[in-house]
Amino acid sequence: MVKPLTSVGRSGLSNWLLQRISALIMSAYLIFMVVYFFVNPSPSYEQWLGLHSSLAIRIFSLLTILSIAAHASLGVWCVLTDYITVRLIGPKATPIRMFLQLAMIVVITFYVIWTLDILWGI
Amino acid sequence: MLEVSIYRYNPEVDSEPYMQAFSFDTQGKDIMVLDVLEKLKAEDPTLVFRRSCREGVCGSDGVNISGKNGLACITPLSKVVKNNKLVIRPLPGLPVIRDLVIDMSQFYAQYEKIQPYLINNSPAPDIERLQSPEDRAKLDGLYECILCACCSTACPSFWWNPDKFIGPSGLLQAYRFLADSRDTGTEDRLASLDDPFSVFRCHGIMNCVQVCPKGLNPTKAIGHIRSMLLSSAT
Repeated sequence: MVKPLTSVGRSGLSNWLLQRISALIMSAYLIFMVVYFFVNPSPSYEQWLGLHSSLAIRIFSLLTILSIAAHASLGVWCVLTDYITVRLIGPKATPIRMFLQLAMIVVITFYVIWTLDILWGI
Repeated sequence: MLEVSIYRYNPEVDSEPYMQAFSFDTQGKDIMVLDVLEKLKAEDPTLVFRRSCREGVCGSDGVNISGKNGLACITPLSKVVKNNKLVIRPLPGLPVIRDLVIDMSQFYAQYEKIQPYLINNSPAPDIERLQSPEDRAKLDGLYECILCACCSTACPSFWWNPDKFIGPSGLLQAYRFLADSRDTGTEDRLASLDDPFSVFRCHGIMNCVQVCPKGLNPTKAIGHIRSMLLSSAT
């Protein structure tokens, strides 16, 4: 049993489930957008605005950005704990990894807030 | 003449590892890689490698043969020689002790973690704990593992975290006991595996399946462990 400290969830199973569910939501959004652009290849500004003014689409977009945030956090955490480890690069790995992880959280939070601003600003 | 290139490293003499070139006359025969190593060792007794049963049962001669892990004793030259070249290196990812001999302590430490023995605290019956043929069949494809480490040392997740990720070999064995109808330690076994590393560092790239000399499927066993964890969770 490895004690989790910096991972998104406390258990491997919850991380795994979160990764799968977020992937499903992102796939659904991607399929929706591909179909939308297939049916309506060059939407006018009014049509695009109309689409994103609908509450359902806003919630769908919000769920997608939250899924991207969760999925990316898990993915980046995995990469960092693979390559930036004390085993590979010595004791300086822990502060470097903490810094990179914090930077990742800041960037992802920024993107989520920015999306919220766009979605509810229109 | 077959061109053979072998990884050499003796920490008492060499400052760093190097590849040594040998020429080998196969006399047109499709012999095993271990035969080549044995004959080269007769010429150069300083060449060091592990071997024992020479028939794919003991698992001691796991090496990296032309880029793919396998047992030297059951790998014929026809399968691995390309452009008349044969390259032999130690199994990757674990510390080299000398030449083709690696330190397998981390591999065994992970094996020990999964408690590779039957846990059953009920009083032992007079003769033996019986098992139905159906329950016994569930262990097929699991019990055959010979712990040669070819799979775990082909796994990048194990290369980066050999102290935290159990590795394909250990997880195959973990499922061997989880699937055993006579074992009563399922709950504790699962609880000890549900962290972000032990099982879940497997990203399913299936290098383990590709290299297993016994044709076993650790990725499938890991999938079963995940399903068991999922069904036991709330």
